[in-house]
Amino acid sequence: MPIRPADLLHPTPAGLYCPPGDFFVDPTRGVERAVITHGHSDHARPGHGKALATPQTLAIMAARMGANHARETQAVQYGECVSINGIGVTLVPAGHVLGSAQVVIDWKGLRIVVSGDYKRSADPTCAPFEPVRADVFVTEATFALPVFRHPPAASEIGKLMSSLKRFPERTHLVGAYSLGKAQRVIRLIREAGYDEPIFIHESLWAMCDIYAANGIELGALTPLADTAGPLAGGRIAIGPPSTFAADCFTDPLAVYASGWMRTRKRARQTGVELPLIISDHADWGELTDTIREVNPQEVWITHGRDDALARWAELNGYMAKPLALVGYEDEGD
Amino acid sequence: MRAFANLIESLMLTPQRNGKLRLMLAYFRDTPDPDRGFALAALTGALNVPRARPALLRALVAERFDPVLFRLSYDYVGDLCETVSLIWPGPQGLGNDTDPRLGDVVASLGEATRASLPGIVSDMLDRLDETGRWAFLKLITGGLRVGVSARLAKTALAGLGAVPLDEIEETWHGQRPPYEVLFAWVEGKGPRPRNDDPAPFRAMMLAQPLGDSDLDALDPAHFAAEWKWDGIRVQAVAARDAHGRQLRRLYSRTGDDISAAFPDILEVLDFDGTIDGELLIVRDGAAQPFNALQQRLNRKSVTRKLLAEHPAHIRAYDLLFADGEDLRALTFAERRERLARFVSEIDSDRIDLSAQVRFDDWNMLAAARGDPAGTGAAQDADAIEGVMLKRRDSVYEAGRPKGPWFKWKRDPYNVDAVLMYAQRGRGRRSSLYSDCTFGVWCEGGAGPELVPVGKAYSGFTDEELKRLDRFVRENTVERFGPVRAVRADTETGLVLEIAFEGLNESARHKSGVAMRFPRIARIRWDKPSREAGTLAELARLLPQRKGAQARPD
Repeated sequence: MPIRPADLLHPTPAGLYCPPGDFFVDPTRGVERAVITHGHSDHARPGHGKALATPQTLAIMAARMGANHARETQAVQYGECVSINGIGVTLVPAGHVLGSAQVVIDWKGLRIVVSGDYKRSADPTCAPFEPVRADVFVTEATFALPVFRHPPAASEIGKLMSSLKRFPERTHLVGAYSLGKAQRVIRLIREAGYDEPIFIHESLWAMCDIYAANGIELGALTPLADTAGPLAGGRIAIGPPSTFAADCFTDPLAVYASGWMRTRKRARQTGVELPLIISDHADWGELTDTIREVNPQEVWITHGRDDALARWAELNGYMAKPLALVGYEDEGD
Repeated sequence: MRAFANLIESLMLTPQRNGKLRLMLAYFRDTPDPDRGFALAALTGALNVPRARPALLRALVAERFDPVLFRLSYDYVGDLCETVSLIWPGPQGLGNDTDPRLGDVVASLGEATRASLPGIVSDMLDRLDETGRWAFLKLITGGLRVGVSARLAKTALAGLGAVPLDEIEETWHGQRPPYEVLFAWVEGKGPRPRNDDPAPFRAMMLAQPLGDSDLDALDPAHFAAEWKWDGIRVQAVAARDAHGRQLRRLYSRTGDDISAAFPDILEVLDFDGTIDGELLIVRDGAAQPFNALQQRLNRKSVTRKLLAEHPAHIRAYDLLFADGEDLRALTFAERRERLARFVSEIDSDRIDLSAQVRFDDWNMLAAARGDPAGTGAAQDADAIEGVMLKRRDSVYEAGRPKGPWFKWKRDPYNVDAVLMYAQRGRGRRSSLYSDCTFGVWCEGGAGPELVPVGKAYSGFTDEELKRLDRFVRENTVERFGPVRAVRADTETGLVLEIAFEGLNESARHKSGVAMRFPRIARIRWDKPSREAGTLAELARLLPQRKGAQARPD
């Protein structure tokens, strides 16, 4: 009797579960055995018995949650195949953030690829996504609407550079997710030729250290204490969007780097003067191109705009199944 | 097109006036004719291009796109132009060589017929990048809505050279897009454009607000006083053109031609001259407060019903031209005499002379200002918002010179109200709850309840803003999108002292009243919420309807 994919992997309240291997992928609560795709807090949680991930992801988890976030950890390099209770597990670059991986699960000739969060556009701070042919491709759908087409990140950084020239006395406060987005933005700013020190919010410090330790040159960074009095303008400061203190500078200019900035309404609602459409998630074109490339029998959609991606899959002859997993943040970009 | 598209996108996202001015100025400086002129026309609402209806855009998209995916996208984005520009299958970015110029875009639209418009639109969408498509669609669906008034755009134009804004406004009406002559003049490369319009707008003279100690230095004998009417300042111009045809125009204070909305006024402009006055609604012989006039403003046309129920009227302040003669160099006293004669010759019940207020000293004038009804204004008192002081020897000088004219407004009203809802502010205040909706007490079925009476956001120090924000976050009882409902009952609640300029009846508000220019004068951290004002107290400030029939409007 052929194996059904659901025998190998299926959604549970705690996340995607592999019964023959007795492990979860990115469980949303503490479990005995977890495979973690990347270090964002909605995917990497504390309290597991054993956590398996790339060395970079484990370093990020230890920095964010303490060294004791799991009883036991197992670092696995990209491309290295390990066996969990007889199930083949391989981590392959997902291009989302440093250390992010797709989980390739092989059992008796059946292959399911859980892509985690991913993107296809260039990112100098992490290894690029590698498509792996699969029977079932499990994809995210954060930006799965045809309106989401992210422009090249370098041209968005170009907007930041021109704005700095136009408003040289105003410090540009760039809101960016503290893991991944912030370091990517810093690296892109460096590649655009800016070599002044960049102010960073203290919550970014540990992550920037890990990136630097992995050979990502971020240049001179100055920690920005929330309590510091108003500093003179004309700088770049980067911090997580929610905690950003405008008080540190006189007349700052609000910048926000996120795929959600694609729609002007969203930019206006957030009070952003300079929206930068920079995302670590695949846009509509990347999602649909990736499905074509992986060419699976079935597409499973974890979270996001599963309605639109399922519609596209139907129109293009793929069997699609929304998993409606809860616990992953749509907003996390 | 890209430069224009980037400009309007930045304008939309830039909250401060100065920031907007800098963006426009940089654009005007860096963009060649005729593109910048068409951009100026678009910003001032003067660009005349064929309109594309939403149905046309939907039809174009339907030819290229799955309807389900379009609907899901439109539901998410919420704006048709933006949805179309985002999903239109086309390049993300274009090389400079393929980017069409704004002038070419306008020209191709100018040749459009009803039948050819869809083809021209889809062709243009194929040629533009995303921001370009968005800007283009805004142009052809009417109204940029990027938070720039015509006046602000003209202010940016003035910044291009050394020409004062009022001269631009005076010249404006004879000019047509793309305004090449106007730009040349402002940049000092050409002569001032001749205004061939026989009935042009003349820049107005405006008054300074009277400061606290100004009166001490002024001699009452040098000044005449008249009521400050609560309408809008207008200029009524009539003249004959070269063919002997009479032209009649009504201009707003900034030189916008508002004639189309006031046929009842145009009808009586049977003279040759330029009258400066206040536009009011006068119903059954009584001048009405501002909100009656508001029904007639910002309209392109007007219904017979509206004309009958809200009859317009000009109360004349000044005479700038009469029978071809420029009177602006005469003194106010001399002009006023000419005006009185001029108005009586017009002999229409729609134009009358603004009455003067007699006074011997400042105390007497202060008393009149406090009680217009008892000082001769009688049934017009509800349409008075203070007094104007004009030096008898003042010439008519464009702009807002300090000294000759003063406006002395009535003291604003005050009421203590309770904070009910708060919303995050814009720009610098975007992370703080600073926009407040407040209410006063009224007797409900189950005891006193709050009924909202207005919304305001100004008047905080940074310290107060933070404290207010903390209060809102700690006392949130419900959220509706960006708005938070704040705990407000007789035990807990934050009292705000609200200052406002006037109160009108309003069927649109649950409370039945609408405040004019409400602002937060103070936050009363000390005051218990149950001691805030009541609706009954507030209603006493409503204008009295003397003899006029109540009408549901």
